[in-house]
Order: sequence, then C-alpha cells, then structure tokens
Amino acid sequence: MSGPASDIAMGVRDGSRSAVTVLEDYLARIDAREPRIHAFNVVLADEARHRAADIDALVANGADPGPLAGVPVALKDNMCTRGVPTTCSSKILEGWRPPYDATVVHRLSEAGAVVVGKTNLDEFAMGSSTENSAFGPTRNPHDPTRVPGGSSGGSAAAVAAGFVAVSLGSDTGGSIRQPAALCGVVGVKPSYGAVSRYGLVAFASSLDQIGPFANTVADAALVLQVIAGHDPADSTSIPQPAADLSDVLTEGVAGVRVGRIVDLPSGADPDVDERLEAALETLQTAGAKIVDVEVPAFTYGLTAYYLIAPAEASSNLARYDGVRYGLRVDATETNAMYAATRAEGFGDEVKRRIMLGTYALSAGYYDAYYGKALKVRRLIADDFERAYQHADVLLTPTSPTVAFPIGERTDNPFAMYLCDTYTIPTNLAGHPAVSVPFGTGAGRLPVGVQVLAPMLAEPMMFRVAAELERAVTS
Amino acid sequence: MSTDGWELVIGLEVHVELDTRTKLFSASPNRFGDEPNTNIDPVTLGLPGALPVLNRHAVELAMRIGLALNCDIRPSSFHRKNYFYPDMPKAYQISQYDEPLNVDGWLALPDGTRIGIERAHLEEDTGKSTHVGGSGGRLHGSDYSLIDFNRAGVPLVEIVSRPDLRTSEQSRQYVTELRGILLAVGASDAKMEQGSMRVDANVSVRRPGDPLGTRCEIKNLNSVRSVGRAIEYEAARQITMVEAGDTVRQETRHWDEGDGTTHTLRTKEDADDYRYFLEPDLVLLAPEDEWIDRLRSELPALPAERRAALSEVTGKATDSEAVIVVTERGQDSYVLAVGEAGGDPARALIHVKEAFAAFGDEPAVPAQDLAALTRMESAGALTPTQAKAVLAEMVAHSGGDPEKIAADKGFEAMDTLALETLVDHVIKDNQASWETYCAGQDKAIGALIGAAMKASRGQADGKAVTAVLRTRRSTA
Repeated sequence: MSGPASDIAMGVRDGSRSAVTVLEDYLARIDAREPRIHAFNVVLADEARHRAADIDALVANGADPGPLAGVPVALKDNMCTRGVPTTCSSKILEGWRPPYDATVVHRLSEAGAVVVGKTNLDEFAMGSSTENSAFGPTRNPHDPTRVPGGSSGGSAAAVAAGFVAVSLGSDTGGSIRQPAALCGVVGVKPSYGAVSRYGLVAFASSLDQIGPFANTVADAALVLQVIAGHDPADSTSIPQPAADLSDVLTEGVAGVRVGRIVDLPSGADPDVDERLEAALETLQTAGAKIVDVEVPAFTYGLTAYYLIAPAEASSNLARYDGVRYGLRVDATETNAMYAATRAEGFGDEVKRRIMLGTYALSAGYYDAYYGKALKVRRLIADDFERAYQHADVLLTPTSPTVAFPIGERTDNPFAMYLCDTYTIPTNLAGHPAVSVPFGTGAGRLPVGVQVLAPMLAEPMMFRVAAELERAVTS
Repeated sequence: MSTDGWELVIGLEVHVELDTRTKLFSASPNRFGDEPNTNIDPVTLGLPGALPVLNRHAVELAMRIGLALNCDIRPSSFHRKNYFYPDMPKAYQISQYDEPLNVDGWLALPDGTRIGIERAHLEEDTGKSTHVGGSGGRLHGSDYSLIDFNRAGVPLVEIVSRPDLRTSEQSRQYVTELRGILLAVGASDAKMEQGSMRVDANVSVRRPGDPLGTRCEIKNLNSVRSVGRAIEYEAARQITMVEAGDTVRQETRHWDEGDGTTHTLRTKEDADDYRYFLEPDLVLLAPEDEWIDRLRSELPALPAERRAALSEVTGKATDSEAVIVVTERGQDSYVLAVGEAGGDPARALIHVKEAFAAFGDEPAVPAQDLAALTRMESAGALTPTQAKAVLAEMVAHSGGDPEKIAADKGFEAMDTLALETLVDHVIKDNQASWETYCAGQDKAIGALIGAAMKASRGQADGKAVTAVLRTRRSTA
C-alpha cells in the first residue's frame, strides 16, 4: 500500500514524493486485481497519468496543487464528469458524455486529486449489493465470492483493494455506509446539504448526499473538508463553509454522551451485535458516558423510505425518455418510443421502484402512501431530536450482516431492502453518519459500527469515529 | 342564437412570460426569436445531475404583479407536475401548486366592477414543438417533430381569475386591463401575438340563480378579439346543447381562429394524473416583509389610477373611450402635462393622438406648445377645424408657436360671444326647426346649422355651432 491519502498529499506537496510514482503503484494494483473485482466501469489511466505529471510539474514550479495533491481518487459513476461517460451503470445512459463536471469533481480537481476512474454501482444507486448493474456485479476484495455492498460497491471495493487512496460515493439510504462496512473501510454520509449535489445524477433528491470512502478516519475528514461547503448551484446546499475537522480527531471522547438505542429494530446477526457491544465498551473505557435512548420511529424508517425514495425516483428518472440523450429505441409514435426505450434501458429493480413510486404519488393513493410516509419522516426527525437531548452521538451496527454471497438475495428484493434498516433513518432525518470498521465477524469478514450525530455535528461524529479507529489499530 | 335568459360564467387563466434577463432556474438568456436551441444549458435541457436555482428577479416581477392585482403575498413552495411530453425536458414542470406566491386579489374593470383573482403563481415554460408533415401542424400524424428548447425554463406567471366574468365584453376588458397592468409594472411585454401573454377561458352557462353549469376550457386564444369571439361561440354552443336537452361534457377545447369554432382537444377522462409533489431540489420561498414593502412602495401608477387622474382633469368619464384609449397608449401623462403648462386638458385629450402620430411613443409637440394651442381654442381664437390645421403644422415641425402659425395661415375665428349671438338669431328665425329639435328630434339640428353657416357666410365652425345649439337646448 502507499499509505494514507494525507501522507501522499504531504509528500507530493513538499516534493518528497512524485504523483506519477504514487499513481503507478495504484495502477499496478488495478492491473493485477481489477479483472477479478470489477470495481470500475472505466479506468482513466492515460488521463490520470497526464494529470499526475501536471501535479508534479506544478510542485516543481513552486506551486501548491492543494490538500489532495497527487491523491488517486475514484468517483462513483453517477457523478458527472465532463467528456467522460457517466452511466449510473444503466443501459439507458449509453453513450452519454456530460458537458459539465459535478461540483465535487471540480473541487477534487482544484484540490490536486487525480481521478483514476469511475466505479460500478447498483443501477441509478438502487440496491445494496452492486449486483443491479447493467455491467455485472462488483466483488468484495475480502472475499470475491461475496458482494461489496451497495449501491456504492465499486467505490468501497476500490478503496479496500488499494486501487485508489480515497473515493466518493453517494448515500440515499445507506449506499456509502453499508458497503463501507462490508468492505472494511470508513464511509461517511454527511449532513444533508453539506456537500453539493450539483452534477450528482439524482435518485431521491431529498435524501441523496455525496460522501467519501477512505482507509482512515483522517483521510475521510480530509476529503470531506475539500468537497463540503456552500455551492450556489445547489439550492439545498447549506450556506456555510465546510466544518473544520482537522483538530477534532485527537480530542478523545472523555465526557461524550454515547447513546445506545434500546428500541432498535432487531435482526442484526450475533457477530455484528457483539462488535457493537465491543465498540460501546471501548468508548466507555476511553471516558465516554453510555446512555440508553429511545427512537421509537426508527423502526418505521424502512417503510417510509421505500415510499419516499421511489416516489422521487419515479419523477427523477422520467427524463430518460429517449428524446435528447442516451438510449433510444425507435417506434412508430412518441409514446411507443418512450415505452420501448424505458423497457429496454432500465433494469428490473429500477422498474420496480419507478412503479412503486408512481403508485405512491397517484391520485387517490397519495395520502395513504406518500403523504403518510412524509409524516413518518417528521416523526423520525422528532424522535432523533428527543434522543439527542440525552446523547451527543448514537451508536448502531451499520449493516445487520457481514458481506453475503453474490446471488444470495437477488431474487428477494425485500431481503435486500433489510440491509439498510440501520442506515435509512439518518437519511430521512438529514443527519450525518459514519461507518467505521470495527474488527471482523463471521468468516473473518469486516464489520462496521455506525456513529450517528445530529444535523451538522460532523466534528463530534468524527471525534467518536477516530476513537473507535484508535481502539482497532492500537 | 340568443343568450337571452342565460348567464355566462367565465374565468380566465392568463400565462405571461416575465421580462427577465435569464431563465427561471438557470443563467441561459430569456430572449424571444433567437436561433433555435442556442439559449440552453444543462438545467434547461434537464441533463442528469443538473439542479434548478430560483431567479430572484423573476420572483420580484411576480410579486409586482401580485401587488398590482391587490393580492396577498404568502410564503410559497414549488411542486413538480409530472407528465411526459417531448418538449418537457425533465418530464416534469416546476410550478407552484397548493402554496402559490400571490393569492386573493382583484382587478377592477374600467367601470369599477371587481373581478376576483384567485392566485398568481410562478412556473417554468416548456420548449416549443414544431410538427412537420401530416395535417394541421399537430403531433398526431406528423412525419417528424422539431423541438426548440430556447423557451424551456422561461419564467411564467399564471394569473387565475375567479369565475366572476359574465360577458365576452367583460372578458375582453379584463384581458386588456390586465395587459395594461403588466406593462405598467414592467413584468412582461405581454404580446399575445408572440405568445408572451396566453389566455385560456373557462366558460359555462346557467339560468340566473342556478348552480354553476359544467365548464369547458378554451385554449389557443391569441388576441383580445379571439377571446371575445371564442367565448361567444362557446357559450352559444353550450346553450344550444342544454336547450336541446343534452349535457355539456367537461373538456378542453381548441379555438380555431379560421373557422371561428371550438372543438374537443381532450376530455376530462383523458386528463393526466400529474402526481404533484413538493420539488425537493428547491427550498421554500418566503419573501421577507421588507422586500414586499419596498416593492409596494415602488409600484408605479396603474391604469385605473391613471384613468381616474385623466378623468378628473378632462371631465370625461373614467370608462369613456378617450380616457381608456389614451391611458392604454401611455399618452395620459402628456395630457396632464398640457394641463400643467396652462392648457386645456379636455382639448388636449382630443389632440393627443395627432400629437403622437409621427413617433408613436413620444409626442411630436412639446406639451407647452399644445397648451398654447388649447388656450387659443378656449378663447375662441380658433375653430376646432383651424386648430387641427395648426396642430398638423406643429407636428410637422416638432412644435412651434400656434399664434404665429395661425396668423401665417390667416385664420381668424368668430369669438364665442359673436357665435352665440349668431346662433340666438338663427333660433329666433327658425322657430319651427328649433321646437322640433327641442322635442327630441336630433335630425332637426341640420337645418339650424345650415342656417347658421349661411348667416355667417361660412365663417362659423360647424362643431362650435352644434355645441352652442346643444347648450341652448339643455338650458331651454
């Protein structure tokens, strides 16, 4: 391995390391293992080599390329990259090259990062295993017979396999945290509005949020500070600068109130539960105070989510109609062309959610489904608010299980949906959460522990995450 | 076809394109008539990942419209209206739904009748489709279609009246009055022929006192005239149906300007389920009080207020044609200026069209010159016919001293006293005609005027004679 991203950037900035050399290390690992893992939809080796050479030239000329100088990064393939295909792992976007960069892509570039490739995902980020990809599944680097989680499975696997130092994913109901847990890396879902969504292909706009994958909590913080902060191109972007996370990582957790949710929905495997208990003990030993809290509406999160997210998706994905870009299947008249294009272009899970969402918003059903789900969403936010009067952060498992075998749940959508039981409520509340690797469970597979925090409490969340990381690595 | 015994119930939905520099949710220019598909960007085309950002100036213009229509400005939100159409890039239109920006206002027709305004809300326009081949330029049966996205995302305000209009004439007045208000507040160029102001009419008929009848919505009304014609046709169609024992079906109908009829576009059963839901890419729009107060204080004089001012100085009724037309043309301030320069505003009202003739927007004659002319008329120094000739000379030279022009032309008018004496003589000499005229037979005035002209050997002005005769009759 080439060490943490922070070390790479420091070395490249002070001229002691070459961005080109760093990159070649990573490209060599991609050459060796990518055919087996399939983390990427596209590897941009030539572009990355040019970019790395430019970074070295900048340093040679006395310029500072920025806080991510020479750091190899991967982007989930639902973030727009100018001139580079952006597929969302869907046939319907076949051949489409965006004419613009997403805000996060622009910010990474301004910070000196080197984009190595675009990673596989469940089609339009709908799924928890990266098996719903038009280009085939991604495999878990810890056990290639198993899934990496999803939907940002490619970005999680790319970091876990050492293909890149850090990567970006998007999290609508757990799509960063769950694959981070299954791949044994750090994954952050920032507060809604902390990171611009401009250029992120929308799945469920009120829930989607971009965040980093990294091998260390410090690297995740470093990337988050680069991509966060107000963006006028996104109306839901919070009008304030990125939180400063550089000092909080070493503060420790003395006196921090860590909440254990006593009415958490059951269903986590014993090996996962055991790691959560170990994490709570670790924090207590480090000086934190463990408190019991109740979040009664937590248990309704999954149901509310599977009405709200598909409803928004049914509208967001309506634009893929074959008229302006992407796939078009010709037919004799317009409505038939729409139907043929969408039948051919979308996979089963996407179609399932479009139908679910269309139904939930339909006249006569809106109040019973979508309208009720919005009420549950408010209840969840209210319940969290009450819990956070007693706790600074909450601790839960990230995923109920360790990585499961490829194909195990593809025929049972509901079993797949249960993967996100513990991650979904934070998306509904808009709060930040992070999954931190905390040892292994069955089959020596990674287990992640999730730290939840109130709106914009990323500094406290990172404090606790860093403490958990210290316990594992020391 | 008679509408006797029937009452028309009409509500109008008017879409106006706002006169902003850029689009409602992106920085592309909002400009009519450019090369197709040049004013576009990722947001306009609905490209994946693009997000809308609300144009503050569009909100300001929408608020000006609301204030001018006496609406309450409320905290509001945007929804998505979902439906597939090739010129709808996102397959949804961002529009205001259950929380519009402006609510509960009214518009006063020139005679003072108040027409309720239910709401005036912001939304984005669609692109423009051109269907080539087939029949009638419609999608169905065409060979292919071309789409211009320049119009997509242009800011619109939809102004929805309450069903308070009762005649086609009132409906025409409403549209005309609304257009005047939109121009006055600078919200839109409101050109119906270019589509920057588009009117849909909801029409139903009933026996007075009965509950509302079933309404039909009429689209494609591209002029004030077609608004009136379409409503008259549609009302007659519905009355014929009901009188024949048929029921009116709720539907959307298309006005055909060529054959002067409406025909079915789609029935209620075909209506889309728009699956409205709150637009998650935008935040709530709650204009702060200071903003509203500033706009209210900056609101210019509206047509009704200007007509009242014009009526006051000229003595003409606020809903007289001269007052309405001169205000509509924006020439009212000139008439007031003539009055302020010591002239006679009532006479200026007569001359104003001529004074503007050469340039349209700007008067050809300075207000103080026209004031001098009206003073000469009032003093009886010029007959109206002579005054017209002098004004023509002034227009040709962008002004001038009317006394000098009149002298050069050798004009001398009978003064008022002389004219009145002459008329009194004519009355005395033509008692039979005078009595017939006083009995209400207006035609008899011809003989009296003829006698006056003869007696003055053509020196008297016909209109002046008529005026004196009328005055004498009214005081007889």
